[in-house]
Amino acid sequence: MFQRVTARRGRILAAMAAAAMFAVPACSASDADSAASDVKEIKIGTPLPLSGPNAALGKDALQGAELAADIINNGLPGLKLPLANDKGIPNLNHAKFKIVSADTQGKPENGASAVNHLVNDEKVDILAGALESGVTKTAAQQAERLKVPFVTSISSSPALTQAGLKWFFRTGPTDVTYAQSFFGLLDEEKKKNVSADKIALLYMNNTFGTDAAGVAKNLAQANNKQIVADVPFDPAATDLTSQVQQVRAANPDTVFVVAYPPTATLFVNATEQLDYMPSAVMAFGAGFINDAFIQSAGDKLEGMSRRVAWSEDLGNRNPASKLVADEFKKRYKAPLTENSARVFTTIMAMAQVFNNAKSVEPEDVRSALVSLDIPGRDTIMPWDGIKFDDQHQNTGARAVVEQRLDGQWKVVYPKDIRSQEIVWPASDARKK
Amino acid sequence: MIDLLQALTNGVFLGAVFALAAVGLSLVFGVTNMVNFAHGDFIMLAMYVGFLCWSLAGIDPLFAIPIAAVTLALVAVLIYGGIIRPVLGSTQLAQMVVTFGLLTFLRGVVQFAFTADPRRVEDPIVGDVRIAVGGVAVTGAQLVSAVGALVATGALAWFIHRTETGRALQAVGEDPGGASLMGINSGRMYGLAWALAGVSTGVAGALLINNFGIDPLAGATFGIMSFIAVALGGFGSVLGAAFAGLLLGVVQGVVGLYLSGYTLTAALGIYLLVLVVRPQGLRGTR
Repeated sequence: MFQRVTARRGRILAAMAAAAMFAVPACSASDADSAASDVKEIKIGTPLPLSGPNAALGKDALQGAELAADIINNGLPGLKLPLANDKGIPNLNHAKFKIVSADTQGKPENGASAVNHLVNDEKVDILAGALESGVTKTAAQQAERLKVPFVTSISSSPALTQAGLKWFFRTGPTDVTYAQSFFGLLDEEKKKNVSADKIALLYMNNTFGTDAAGVAKNLAQANNKQIVADVPFDPAATDLTSQVQQVRAANPDTVFVVAYPPTATLFVNATEQLDYMPSAVMAFGAGFINDAFIQSAGDKLEGMSRRVAWSEDLGNRNPASKLVADEFKKRYKAPLTENSARVFTTIMAMAQVFNNAKSVEPEDVRSALVSLDIPGRDTIMPWDGIKFDDQHQNTGARAVVEQRLDGQWKVVYPKDIRSQEIVWPASDARKK
Repeated sequence: MIDLLQALTNGVFLGAVFALAAVGLSLVFGVTNMVNFAHGDFIMLAMYVGFLCWSLAGIDPLFAIPIAAVTLALVAVLIYGGIIRPVLGSTQLAQMVVTFGLLTFLRGVVQFAFTADPRRVEDPIVGDVRIAVGGVAVTGAQLVSAVGALVATGALAWFIHRTETGRALQAVGEDPGGASLMGINSGRMYGLAWALAGVSTGVAGALLINNFGIDPLAGATFGIMSFIAVALGGFGSVLGAAFAGLLLGVVQGVVGLYLSGYTLTAALGIYLLVLVVRPQGLRGTR
């Protein structure tokens, strides 16, 4: 039962509350005056799945953030990117970046609590995460309540930037951008008079999966393609053979797969068991990016395609990208992936944001994010650059399609930057 | 029709592994009246034992089965002696907290030791085997998992129902006080129940690595399915759990074919139905 509040005690409580209300802005104003000169360290909070089913992806993303912060703080000889060799943020007395992580376990209910912890306990100045769209959704809403800038790199659900949040930004592509790259590729194939109109969707029935499938359905309609199978599955499934049978029965030209690593393995196992390979398998999502999955799947991936925002194949043609990828591999004994490259790029962009803001005050940082304009050549990504639209979605984010050929991922779309044409049907890639 | 047969076949093969996993959990509950929430994580540990055998000594998962079984039996006995025995007489809440804590601890330790990166045994002996009969295909890994699980489940059931020690186990489960009066050492029987649960999870884990990825959460779904199977089959009924495990596998396979996103929902739905119609489970005696 609630305690009764007496009139006198009520007046005291009211007075204390009023004092607290006035005290907070007073502190902020006083801090703001001395902000630029006092800042020695800029804390970047990274809510990521460091345990749970996507822990490997979270670790990879965190390493991307740590490498970027280290380059901002200590430089990397030969790297020609803005602020890469300034040893801190020049306009903030060379303040250093510090990455502070919090484990979301990949659970949406933990997104908000991770943000709470990072903002209230760790006193971070900005947030960079999360990974799963469902987690990012709750984390972003909490950041909005706390009025702290939140920049995501990996979560691709379009709904995130369509929610009208004032403090939320996304540097990476959305599922729409990703899916458009697949549809562009299908149109190219269609021009060669091959059958590429029938699409099957096989996706996790969580936020990420259903959003990606929704985007694919809309784009299919807009591009005169036919969805011949719509097959959701439980992310905790232990077998996907029945689901792949459903897909096979519809006889699609292309299968769009949305899966995280554990279910990506089940999908590959099921295609092997059923000896099934459609003309094209196009994979959305981190399941087909995780290096451990790729290594363990081995030849079974041959001929399958995926969409990525960063490509090692392209990166090797860009000196800055190659230098960063080599450094990443040297430090972490693992390849730079799309995820770690995106987070790396976001942290490097944050350096410019703080440098432009000349402050760590949330409102100043937010304004600097809104007016950010980084050309593509100043990133390691195959993007047009980083510039946010009204919804705070990066208009310069691009995606490419890669196909697994001879044990390597090769860029097959778009045409102007591809390494080679897609092998169609995909089964031809296995005949060598 | 072929699709349905394929789904049924897959379901039976998967259900056999659920059955083996559930038998160990049911045995521990039947004898000690305690629910081990970390049961699925014992399977995960066994998967890592099998993985270590392969990566360090090149031992194929098939030959790692006895190693995993013995290792998990030892681990289970150590856990029983270290943290389970002290709470056996406590409240059910205390017991739940202990096994939940064990679950978190095991996952954390494994992630610390092996990282969260998924692992996989490459080129197991049965890896390239694929048998197709009349349009229905099974892989060597599935076949080995199912046959191995059924044999192990049968052996455990035989031990419990046909040997003197097995009957002693049942006696302790029925009435520990009465069993003590008959000269049966209840403490040893409790330890034996945990050891046998360790053996069942050890065999299941080693079988599973032929076609499943290995990560710190690899046992989670098998743990959940074991709980459903034990509750469905009747708490404490080893044969009931085995039958329910098979049923769950078939339900998942068939539902996956028609309502692909609702496989887990269907499994839980059947459990709820049984709970309403027959609360003691399909073969429950308690």
